[in-house]
Amino acid sequence: MTSPHLATTPLEGSLGGEPQGQRPARLDVVHLAKSYGTGDGAKKVIEDLTFSVSAREIVCIVGPSGIGKTTLLKCLAGLQPTSGGRAAIDGREISGPPPEMALVFQDYSRSLMPWLTVRKNVVLPLRHLRLPKAELKARCDEALEAVGLAHAENQFPWQLSGGMQQRVAIARALAYRPEILIMDEPFASVDAQTRFDLEDLCLKIREGFGMTILVVTHDIDEAVYLADRVVVLGSKPARVLRIVDVELPSPRDQIGTRALPEFAAQRTDVLSLIKRPA
Amino acid sequence: MSKRPSLKSVRLWLLGVGTPLVLLAVWWFASADSTDTFFPPLAEILDRFRALWLFDHFTSDVLVSLRNLALGYAIAGVAAVAVGFVTALSAPIRWAVDPVIHFLRGIPPVALVPIFISLMGFGLEMRITSIALAAFFPTFIATVDGLRAVDRGLLDVASVYRLSRGERVVSVLLPAAGPQIFSGLQVSLQTAFVVMIASEMLGPSQGIGAMTLLAQQSFMISDMWSGILLLGVIGFAANFLFDLVRRKVLAWYIGSRRLARAS
Repeated sequence: MTSPHLATTPLEGSLGGEPQGQRPARLDVVHLAKSYGTGDGAKKVIEDLTFSVSAREIVCIVGPSGIGKTTLLKCLAGLQPTSGGRAAIDGREISGPPPEMALVFQDYSRSLMPWLTVRKNVVLPLRHLRLPKAELKARCDEALEAVGLAHAENQFPWQLSGGMQQRVAIARALAYRPEILIMDEPFASVDAQTRFDLEDLCLKIREGFGMTILVVTHDIDEAVYLADRVVVLGSKPARVLRIVDVELPSPRDQIGTRALPEFAAQRTDVLSLIKRPA
Repeated sequence: MSKRPSLKSVRLWLLGVGTPLVLLAVWWFASADSTDTFFPPLAEILDRFRALWLFDHFTSDVLVSLRNLALGYAIAGVAAVAVGFVTALSAPIRWAVDPVIHFLRGIPPVALVPIFISLMGFGLEMRITSIALAAFFPTFIATVDGLRAVDRGLLDVASVYRLSRGERVVSVLLPAAGPQIFSGLQVSLQTAFVVMIASEMLGPSQGIGAMTLLAQQSFMISDMWSGILLLGVIGFAANFLFDLVRRKVLAWYIGSRRLARAS
C-alpha cells in the first residue's frame, strides 16, 4: 500500500487547521480512500478524505447518513485496511488497532458482552493491562460514576435500556483511558436529557484526561456544541466538503452556549453546506 | 418478574409432575392381575428392580455403565469443543476437515460399534471409544456453527481493545458460542446414552444393556422390564442434571431471551 518511508514524512499542512496549527497533529488522515472488492466490481465508499485531529482537540464529522462514516472509523481503528492514502497516529501509520485508541461503536447492542455484568464489561479490556487491583477498581468506579451507572454495575446489559447500554460502552472506553477516543454516533439512542449530560461528559473528559476526541454524528447542533472543528462530508463517494472552525467561548454549557447568536450562525453555516445540492 | 409463582405456573408444574404419576398408576392397576408373560404386573417389575439394580448388580453393572457413559461423554465433549475451535478459526483446517466430518456424521453412531469391536475387542476401551466417537459429532458441529455465527461487532470490540488470544477465546468466543455448544452437548448426551446400551448388547459383557438383553433371552421378562425402567430413570436423571448445569452456565442467555420475548 503505502511505502514505509511515508510514515515518517511530516504532513503537508492540514486543511482548515490554521487556528490549531500550533498544536501537533495526533491523528492524520491524508487522501484516504476505501473501496470494497477489486477490479470492475469494486464499490468505492470513500473517495479522498484529508483532515487531521490535533492533540486535545474535539473534532466532529457530520454528513448525510450512509456515506461511509462508519467505514472511515473502522479504518482509523485499524479494523479494516484502507485502499489508498494513509491514516496515521503521531506519524505512525495505522495498520492494526492502535494501543492508544478506544472506539465507542454505534450499535451498542452488538458491542457489549451479554454474558458479562456491567462492571465486568468495563473491566474486560483492562485485564491485559495488568493494573494493580486498587487502580482497576478505581478506574471502573470512576467511569461508571461518570456515566451515572454506578447503581447498575451488577446488572446485565440486556436488562438496561438502549441509552444505558450506550453509557456502559462509553464507561468501558473511559476506564481504558485512551489518548484518542473515537465515537460513532454515540448519543443517537439516548434521550435528550442524557444526551446533554453525555455531551458535557465528553467535554469534561477532554479537560480531565487531555483526550483527543473524534465524534461522528448526524446531529449538527451536537457537532457545533462539542467540536473545535467540524468536518463536513459530502457524498457519494465520501469526500470532505469543508472543515469549519467552531469559534465559541469555552467552557461551553448547554443553555448559555446554545443561546449564543454565534452558535446559531455556526450551525446555519454547517447546515447550508450539507443541504446544498452537491 | 415477581418471585411468587403465579397460579398458572403452579398448575403447569402440577401437570408436569402429575402426568407421569397418573401414567404409573394406570400401569400399576392395569397390570395388577396380568398373567401375560410379556406384560408382568408392575408390582413384580418393581420388586425385581429393587432386587437386581439396587443391590445385586449395582456395582457390577449399573456403575460400570454409568462410568462408561460419563467417561465417553466427557472425552467427546472436551474434544469436540477443542477441535471445533481449531476448525472454525483456521480456514485451511476447516477446508481439510469439513468433508471428512460430513462423511462420518452420516453414519449412524450405532453402526460404528462393530468396527470398534473388531479393532479393540469387547473391552472397556471399545465401549468408551464408541460412546466418545458417537457423541463427538453433534457437539463438534454445533461448536463450529456457533463460532461462525459470533457477532462481528463483538469481535471488533475484542480487536479494538486488543484482547489477547486467550481472552478472546475464554471471554468472547466461548460464551458467544455457548448456547449452540450446549444444544450440541444435549444431542451428544442422548447419542452417548444410545451407544452405551448398544455397545453392551454385543459380546459377553457387563452393564445395564447386557443384563437387560440377557434377561430377555432367558425369558426373565420382569427383569427385562426392570432394566428398561432403569434406563428410563437414568436417562431422565442425566437430562435433569444437564439442564441444571445449562441453566447455571447460560443464565444470561435464558434471561435475555425471556426478556426479549416478554417485550
